[in-house]
Amino acid sequence: MRTRYSEDQQAVAEAFGDLFAREATPEAVRAAEAGCGFDPGLWRKLAAAGAPGMAVGVADGGGGASLVDLAVVVHEWGRRLAPVPLVEHAVCARLLASAGGARELVVRRGVDDPDRPRVQAGERIRHADHGFSDTPLVAAVASGDLIATLAPGPVEPDGTSRLVPAGAVADVVAARRGDHVVVARGRPPGAARPNTADLPLADRDLSGAETVASGAAAAGAWDRAMAEWKALMAVAYAGLAGEVLAMGVAYTKQRHQFGVPVGSFQAVQHGLADAATRSEGARLLAFRAVCAVDAGRADGARLASMALLFGAESARFAADRVLQYHGGYGYSAEYDVQLYYRRAAGWLLQLGEPAAETARLADADLGPKRPSGQAANRDTLRERPREAPWPQRPVSAANKSGGQARAARERSEQERE
Amino acid sequence: MDFSMPAQAEAFREEVRQFLADHLTGEMIAATRDGTIHSGALHRAIADRGWLSGAVPAELGGGGMDPVELCVLVEELQLHQAPADALGVAVVVVSMILEHGNEHLHGAVAPRLLSGEALGCLGYSEPESGSDVAAARTRAVRDGDRWVINGSKMWTTLAHVADYVLLLTRTDPEAPKHRGLTFFVVPLDTAGIEIRAVSTMGDERSNATFYDDVVLGDEWRLGGVNDGWTVMKTALKYERGIAGGQFPSPPVIEAAVDWARRARRADGSRPIDDDDVRHKLVRAMIDVEVCRSFAYHTAALASEGAMFGVEGSMTKLFASESYKKHCGWFLDMMGAEGLLTRDDPGAHMEGRIEEHFRHAPVTAIYGGTSEINRNLVAEGWLGLPRSR
Ligand SMILES: Cc1cc2nc3c(=O)[nH]c(=O)nc-3n(C[C@H](O)[C@H](O)[C@H](O)COP(=O)(O)OP(=O)(O)OC[C@H]3O[C@@H](n4cnc5c(N)ncnc54)[C@H](O)[C@@H]3O)c2cc1C
Repeated sequence: MRTRYSEDQQAVAEAFGDLFAREATPEAVRAAEAGCGFDPGLWRKLAAAGAPGMAVGVADGGGGASLVDLAVVVHEWGRRLAPVPLVEHAVCARLLASAGGARELVVRRGVDDPDRPRVQAGERIRHADHGFSDTPLVAAVASGDLIATLAPGPVEPDGTSRLVPAGAVADVVAARRGDHVVVARGRPPGAARPNTADLPLADRDLSGAETVASGAAAAGAWDRAMAEWKALMAVAYAGLAGEVLAMGVAYTKQRHQFGVPVGSFQAVQHGLADAATRSEGARLLAFRAVCAVDAGRADGARLASMALLFGAESARFAADRVLQYHGGYGYSAEYDVQLYYRRAAGWLLQLGEPAAETARLADADLGPKRPSGQAANRDTLRERPREAPWPQRPVSAANKSGGQARAARERSEQERE
Repeated sequence: MDFSMPAQAEAFREEVRQFLADHLTGEMIAATRDGTIHSGALHRAIADRGWLSGAVPAELGGGGMDPVELCVLVEELQLHQAPADALGVAVVVVSMILEHGNEHLHGAVAPRLLSGEALGCLGYSEPESGSDVAAARTRAVRDGDRWVINGSKMWTTLAHVADYVLLLTRTDPEAPKHRGLTFFVVPLDTAGIEIRAVSTMGDERSNATFYDDVVLGDEWRLGGVNDGWTVMKTALKYERGIAGGQFPSPPVIEAAVDWARRARRADGSRPIDDDDVRHKLVRAMIDVEVCRSFAYHTAALASEGAMFGVEGSMTKLFASESYKKHCGWFLDMMGAEGLLTRDDPGAHMEGRIEEHFRHAPVTAIYGGTSEINRNLVAEGWLGLPRSR
């Protein structure tokens, strides 16, 4: 067991940490907010660094890295709120590479061809002189030439999927429709539906989507993609929380009131300490989930789901404490806390309602809910049999009545004397 | 990075489970109802297995068990609610003796503790000092090659069944508080020691211990005169891993699930089908996984030989605060039935949730309160200025 980065992972963290710190500055984040929450220049640089397809196999044009290695990059991405859809894209790329049908898709000239004005100010990733037809779609996604995402919500009867994460900028949208995994391609709208977190959320028409997997294969591929997504977003949340806490510490050490740094007040310290504790627990659970999903372990999906819920909760708590301990400045647009505060809410909700996620976990761990009409017998608490054969500690202490327990206690007292 | 349990540790887990199936009896658990969370037979069986000495670091001459396996041992003991409070104490006391002790302590005390034949207990807290442990006032005065000890200790848990108390005393009242302390290993049958029971809300028994002209040879001194704080700091080092406390909630959750499945509300519905109940159960299970992640992380750091400190504070803070929260939730869930104690024949699972509800608060107090742990996180992890 090794719960720290390997040396290689440390190097990856540093390299991408530097890249994001340099390129995804708070100014760049704000600039992207003025558009649809996407920074094409940053995407290009990430593509040049091999990030979008790093966790896709080499044969498919990817970097052949593990999900854990990808998570190391995602942690740095989360730290800077980098306005590029790295997680959705990377997970979709892996889905395309794993779903048999998707591997046969090729880029079609005039449809997927990026020789058209791309989202935002005509940015273009491919050189115009570079032929694009007949490239496998997976490879075009792995290289970052095409942006891909997943639609976590339902596809409506008319083929619409609402509020698709990265829907504003994605060329390729994978979705679950009935028993199938489908892939839709088409020009992204380039505009987001205005939202709290300035995320590139948009409705997408998936009516022309092609089926790439069906039945059990579709369910397996989709569930795995969702687990990867959740686990990686949990890691992103750990990055967000770590950074917002660092901001909180820096600010409260430097801001003086009553002649002392506000960070010397114990009320402030304890709020930050609670946030740090929960965030560190969330970070560990998130990486543990990524490892489990990566290894294909049976508890992977459960841990991923738990890590996402807890990661979001603790990141929101951290952002809330740090905003609070900035006083009025925390509420001002000028300070960066608000950027974190809004995304702490947005990242989770773009994946769906947390209560629904909790309900899925409950179904898996506790069994499905019995509808109220089906309640077995109408006996009340008082009518319940007294000598219920509930499972006991795995020892013979079972079913001792109070009287027996008392007798045992008296016996043991005598033995002691 | 790899969070998965090594196959060897999983095999060890099976071994521990088998061991508990063979050795942990209902009588042992029933016997703890007098408030002493210790079973001599279980303690000796654990020692016979080599797990007590195993928990002592190899560099001190212990078994140097892999910290990940140690973590598994502690996890299983706690999941099975095994009465093993004395185990962690024994490991700490013996480790401190092996590191700081003289030949006498090495020869006369350490082997008895390691074999499980004798028990230790910790005498740090006093009526007037707890969190500020270095403010201890119990006096030890040198008299030739002997020492005379006077004072009182509070919360000397297990003293009534133990053979030795690791006693923190003041030897130089003039020196700054951290520099006038000295440790002794005091045989509890020495003349002048009185042990009085202290009962608690959670039915656990602790003790107040009184030292009235207790005369002790210098061979019982542990570490240098006035160097007690150095010794104290190593105690924290040895507590890590073995102290336990990372897995308090699973038995409560198990009982809550069981109750929620069996009970029927007035309208005939099962609590387990209620969204609020389901949400809280899931939320509690998430907290358990967070605790487990912390525990595996600190164990993995230890097995790499890395030092950690604040992670231990975080683990304890999170585990105890979430445990308290869970106990409150599930007590509420049961309504009036939740109030029934194990003495009521109809109490669900022998009043397990009720019992944990009364026990939970102490976990945020002993072994360093939640506030002290938050201070440690604020200073040691976040680098905030000292608030005291
Ligand atoms: C059942 C039980 C068993 C125990 N067993 C043992 C044992 O075997 N051996 C032993 O030596 N001790 C034992 N203890 C004692 C335990 O370690 C102390 O109770 C604990 O350290 C707190 O000390 P205190 O009770 O004196 O509280 P105090 O230190 O008086 O604290 C009172 C309150 O003030 C807060 N506080 C104190 N200092 C600060 C600060 N700097 N910043 C913020 N808040 C602060 C505390 O968190 C607490 O909320 C046991 C206690 C109990 C209840």
